[in-house]
Parts: sequence; structure tokens; C-alpha cells
Amino acid sequence: MNVPHIDQMNAGGGLPLLSVRRLRVEFPSRRGTLLALDDVSFDIARGEVLGVVGESGAGKSLTGAAIIGLLEPPGRIAGGEILLDGEAIHELSGEAMRRLRGRRIAMIFQDPLTSLNPLYTVGEQLVETMLTHLELTPAAARERALALLDEVGIPAPAQRIDHYPHQFSGGMRQRVVIALALCAEPELIIADEPTTALDVSVQAQIIALLRRLCRQHHTAVMLVTHDMGVIAETADRVAVMYAGRVVEIGPVDEVVRAPAHPYTRGLMGAIPVLGDEVERLVQIDGAMPRLDAIPPGCAFHPRCAAAFARCRIECPELQPAGATRAACWLYAPAEMAEGGGR
Amino acid sequence: MPAFILRRLLQSVLVMLTVALVAFGLFRYIGDPVNNMVGQEATMAEREALRESLGLNDAVPLQFLRFVANAAQGEFGVSYRMARPVADVIAERLPATLELALISGFGALALGIALGVYTALRRDGWLSHAIMGLSLVGVSLPTFLIGILLIYVFAVELKVLPAFGRGEVVDLGWWTTGLLTPSGLKSLVMPAITLGLYQLTLIMRLVRAEMLEVLRTDYIKFARARGLSDRAVHFGHALRNTLLPVITITGLQIGSIIAFAIITETVFQWPGVGLLFITAVQFVDIPVMAAYLVLIALIFVVINLIVDLLYFVVDPRLRVQRSGRGQ
Repeated sequence: MNVPHIDQMNAGGGLPLLSVRRLRVEFPSRRGTLLALDDVSFDIARGEVLGVVGESGAGKSLTGAAIIGLLEPPGRIAGGEILLDGEAIHELSGEAMRRLRGRRIAMIFQDPLTSLNPLYTVGEQLVETMLTHLELTPAAARERALALLDEVGIPAPAQRIDHYPHQFSGGMRQRVVIALALCAEPELIIADEPTTALDVSVQAQIIALLRRLCRQHHTAVMLVTHDMGVIAETADRVAVMYAGRVVEIGPVDEVVRAPAHPYTRGLMGAIPVLGDEVERLVQIDGAMPRLDAIPPGCAFHPRCAAAFARCRIECPELQPAGATRAACWLYAPAEMAEGGGR
Repeated sequence: MPAFILRRLLQSVLVMLTVALVAFGLFRYIGDPVNNMVGQEATMAEREALRESLGLNDAVPLQFLRFVANAAQGEFGVSYRMARPVADVIAERLPATLELALISGFGALALGIALGVYTALRRDGWLSHAIMGLSLVGVSLPTFLIGILLIYVFAVELKVLPAFGRGEVVDLGWWTTGLLTPSGLKSLVMPAITLGLYQLTLIMRLVRAEMLEVLRTDYIKFARARGLSDRAVHFGHALRNTLLPVITITGLQIGSIIAFAIITETVFQWPGVGLLFITAVQFVDIPVMAAYLVLIALIFVVINLIVDLLYFVVDPRLRVQRSGRGQ
């Protein structure tokens, strides 16, 4: 099968593995159409880990669901495109998209306790997934399932393979879920808050495991979380989302060290740092607007200390801001024509 | 698991004893059986002789013990009205009722699951809406009315199906069946529909509701995200998870189909135990009533036992609970 060759990580040139361009997702409802994602653009290179952070409802998970083609109706992609290796996957037929799911793009959900079907052994679920995507005999698939369980750190896989999900602890179940996501060697894994439901001690293990496996298999990861700590440890780049838009995107070190967007600064200020003598943690006043009440201009302006007239009228695009790119008028080039938003 | 089965068996025995007590009470408190058996001109001496020969003068607990011992061997005495052993009368009638009940029960189950799955998957299709609308009719129309309507349309107007009876029956010695003759099969159609329609709509609505519930769960989302085919997701993963409540309800419903086939059997003059029971009530034929009561209780108890065992087959969480949490 495909031999993973050690490529340059974050290869500057060449096609990105995943390219999301001006993605818009809307939910038609009786009281009008809600725009849940507006103009979301980002790339993920092969083998790269992109962290996506933001408050609940910022559109992080929705972006993941849109990419893998599992938006809950009536949600639908209303504009933009999603390119996997240059191929527009947002317009694939249901059947073509199904074959791609699990095979080229896999997904890990938040709660390992409910992600596995209680009525089948973990072995049955692994074998079923492999037989769906790979040309294998059932016996070979079982062999592979054993190897995978071993690889994700399940002790005594030869016995555990015939156990049911309820016989595993939460952390072990998330390992099984990771094995299920990896079982057809996908190029991209969308991990939707993979550690939120786990104990803190187990969280670190799972994140380390995910990072190690993806390095080894050269799998790219879109890591959706609201935990900045997890992102700082794991991701190569980070995208910050607010009210359905990407407000800042850049290398993780830069975003953590010198956040450009006022919202990102607020997020970073809200993280307690050990050893720092701070009276109070910074907090961002107010709350993220609801989808049906997003203010005109920059959606963040009502909560932004640095807001000025333009912020209330015009919505900013991502623009270079130091080492990162931020959607904020503070960084607007003085009426200089900007050439194409790449 | 053996301990569980043993406990259930014990409970079943208790239930049966309680029912036996009620059945026994029928003899004691509903009229004087002797009055029903002898003619108007019987003398006091004749009555007393009969009373003595039936054992009605013994102590009550002794009579109850005797009743239980006999019942355990299938002996319920002699029918007052037919002057034949009750066991024989019931054995003669039981095949008709069981054939009718099982066919309409399993027909309702198969069709109910199929329609339930369909209406859950095509939730917004016009056909689903039509089926759901019609199912309301099935739930709300009383059984006898459906039976009479069917008779009017298919027997009176169209003259394609017989209006009553069981048709020609083949005697297999210990069992009589109407399933082997064309007239027997034709006769079965309308009673089976009448008896099964309510169960069908009930099972369909239950399957639909459970299925919609399961389709929202994380493991179904994850199954889709793994790229499994719709077929595998819907039938392999979703349907199997809806089966527990369906098994429970179906078990109870099959019990009540057998027990309450009375109305359908009356409407179609179906020669089963339900009809036998109704006639027994009219003639205060207490041995038959008591035997029917015990028989129905037995059927319920057995079905409940089977349902409990099926849980173990379907749900691994019950199977392994006792063997600890893996390692």
C-alpha cells in the first residue's frame, strides 16, 4: 500500500492537503436563514496539525462536519469550496463522499463513551470499517485490527479485541476510537474535542498518542478544541474562530507568544500561567453574539477595547499582522491594494 | 446467568400459584356449581350426593391443594355444560387460537418493523406521512369494528373471503391445522388482519420512535464518519439497537393477542379457546373459565421468560456484567 515517505513538514510549496476556501454554511429555519460559518478559509498541509480554537458556538465543530460531509440537515454549504488534494469534495455525490469518509478523511468525536456501538465488540467494529474501505480478507483484517489495538496502546489486544465497549474505560475507549479512525490510513483526521470528556491525566496521554501516531503515519490533523493548552502542545498552526469566522491564523508559537487579534489576546490573557504573579486573569467582557444577532462590521467590536469607527461598519478580512494573519482593522495596510488573500 | 434464570423461574411459579388461587376462588364464590349441573327437579339427596362426589364438602385448603395438583397435570375437571373433561375441550380448541395468534402476531411484527424503519428513515416523505396517518386509524378503531368492516367488504360485497369459521382443517392427531388447505388459509386472512392491525401499528410506531432516537446517537454519527454504507449503518447498527424495547412490547403483545383473541373469535365465529371462554361465561361453566385463566397466565409467564432470555442474546452489556469489567 502507500509507503509513507518522510516529506518536509509544512512544505511551503506544493498543493496543501486540505484547502478550505471562503466556506459558508447556513441553516435555513422558519425565522430566516442563519449564517453559521461565514467566509472561513484555511489550509492544512500533509502531516500538519492545525489547531482550531474558539468558544462554544464559534463554528469549530461545524467546520469539521462540513469538511467530512456530515452537516446535520437542514444545515448546508451555501458557498465556497473544500479541496482535498485539489479535488473539490464539497460537491461530491453522497456515495462518493461516503467512500472518502474513513478512507481519506477520518473523524474522532468528543465522547468516547458514546462513540462506539454497545452491541458489537471492538474487533467487529474495526474489521467492519476495514472491510468497507480496504481489499482485505476478514482474517487479514482481524490481524490488522490486533496490530492497531497494540499500536494505540491497548494492553493484551488478543483478548481485548473480543471485548465490548462497556468493558473498556473512557481513555481506553478513546484509544479504540483512534484505532478506528486510523484503520484505513486516512490522510486527514478531524479530531473534534477528542479529550474534553476525559480525565485530565488521561487527556495528556491521548493527545500524546494522537500526535505520535499522526507523525508516524504522516496523517494531518484538524484538532478542534477550546483548550489552548492542548493546542500549544500539539499543533503546528492554530486558527482562532469567533462567531463563525476565522479571526486569526498563524504558527502556534507566534499566536501564543504575540497574539495579534484583540480576541486572541483576550483568550491568551484568560489562561493562568504558573509562576506569574497576576492579581486577576484577564477576561473578555460580554458574550459571543448569537447567530441570529451578529452585529454589523466586525462581529467582535462590541466587546473590543480597541474598536473604532470602521469596525462597526466594515467586516475585516484576514491580513498580515506580525507573524500571523488576523481579521482586524488594526492591521489594515494604509489603503494599499492587497493582492489576493493567499 | 443461571442464578438469574432460577430467580425468574421461582417468580413464575409464584405468579402461577396466585392465579391458581383466583381460579380456585371462582369455584367457591361464583354461584353454586351443583345448581348448574343438576336439573330443576333434582332432590336434595341427589344434590348432596353430587356435592360429595365432586369433593365440595372437604376443607377449603385441601380443595385448593387438590385443585393445584390436578391443574399441574392438566386436569381441570369436567365441563358443567359439555360434560367432558375440560383438558380435552381446550386441547381441541387451542390449535385454532394459537395458529391465529401466532400468524397475526409475527405478521404484525415483521410488517411493523419494516414500516417503522421505513417511516423513520424517510421521515419527511409523503408515503411516511400517509402511513403514519393511517396508523392512527389502526390504533383508534376498535377491533370488532375492523372485523365487521372487513366482513362487509370482502365477504358480503366482494364475496372473496369466507365470513366465519376456520374452513377445512387437517387433523394431525395432536394438532389440527387450517394452514394446509386453501379454504383454511382463506378463512385465516380476515381474522389475522383484525387481530394484528392494532399490534402492527403499535410496533410500527415504537420502532419508528426508537429508530429516530438511535439515529441521533454518537455511535451512529461515528459509524457514518467511518464511511460505512447506509445499509450497514441503518440495519447493522441502528436497527439492532432498537430491538430491546421492541422485544419487550412484542412479547407482551403476543400474550395479549392470545388472551384477547376473544373478540375477534366471536366476530368471525373462530373455533378457538376465546370463543370457548365466552360461551363458558354465558353458561357459568366454571371449570372451563378456571382452566382458561390458568392457561393464559401460563402463556404470559412463558413468554416473559423467553423475552428475558432474549435480552441476554441481544445485549452484551447484560451478558458480561457478572464476569467483571474485563481485566
